[in-house]
Amino acid sequence: MEHIEMRSRRIRLYALTGGRTRPRHHLLVETLVSAPQYDPQLAKTMMPESQALYELARETTSIAELSAHLTIPLGVIRVLISDLAAQDAVIIHPTGFTYQYDRIILERILDGLKKLPA
Amino acid sequence: MDSRSYPLDASSLTISAKIVIAGGFGVGKTTFVGSVSEVKPINTEAWMTVAGEGVDPAPDSGKTTTTVAMDFGRITLQPDLVLYLFGTPGQSRFWFLWDDLCRGALGAVILVDTRQIQDSFAAINYFENDSDIPFIVAVNKFDGKLAYELDEVREALTLSPDVLLTTCDARDPGSTSKALQELVSYTMSCTVSYGPDVTWG
Repeated sequence: MEHIEMRSRRIRLYALTGGRTRPRHHLLVETLVSAPQYDPQLAKTMMPESQALYELARETTSIAELSAHLTIPLGVIRVLISDLAAQDAVIIHPTGFTYQYDRIILERILDGLKKLPA
Repeated sequence: MDSRSYPLDASSLTISAKIVIAGGFGVGKTTFVGSVSEVKPINTEAWMTVAGEGVDPAPDSGKTTTTVAMDFGRITLQPDLVLYLFGTPGQSRFWFLWDDLCRGALGAVILVDTRQIQDSFAAINYFENDSDIPFIVAVNKFDGKLAYELDEVREALTLSPDVLLTTCDARDPGSTSKALQELVSYTMSCTVSYGPDVTWG
């Protein structure tokens, strides 16, 4: 895998998704991921980009933030995170949309906004 | 059947929600996001691979990579609830990215600058016709005051009477928070059930 560094980064990013642009999970830009049981041995077996994502996910982070921090396109992040989730390395969190923005969630959001320091 | 029980394994996980801040170029979207975000608005260049439409495609693939800049901010509302605010990219040719940003949003705030009212038409048209997420329209008071009555603005924008029209000062955290609260209340008042398409997955 070491020779990978020699290639153009951008070509590599799209190559490592194997040409896939559709992840298995539907990941929204705000979808949070986390790696509550970080395993350094598992990290060593990963491609550099997946490893970087896995490490960042030790703190709960959104897809958009992962893309911004690593300057990797959203589409690529989605595929890589989807693969990490498939091997149970990361957990994909539900969003408000998962619960169809039910009344409980909307009330909690409204509550939180009202409590913000003005 | 009226109370939803969360899946056991998901109940302890932090949940995120999203509000889209839309409007024309220079209307104050980044200012709006920045005034309530707990982090400086993050500017990300979302590289997208798009079919070469109106641009020269790469000869071998027929595709080209386009860079679109967008801003977003984050507010931790509860220990287990994070709200993200996403500003839409100014260039209207990136409608596909608007679709991506709006998917899963609880709603949108469309910012309007009464000095450049025509710049808001594209965004309003998008949310009225091409999207099903709830939205409100907020006139950004650039000098802390309104240049026109809201009725006049509504007429100029040809907004239907049922669209919620409000005002805000994008620089003022209290004012932007109030606009967000108005949107959340509006979404709560929408009776139509709104959630993931069953074809996803």
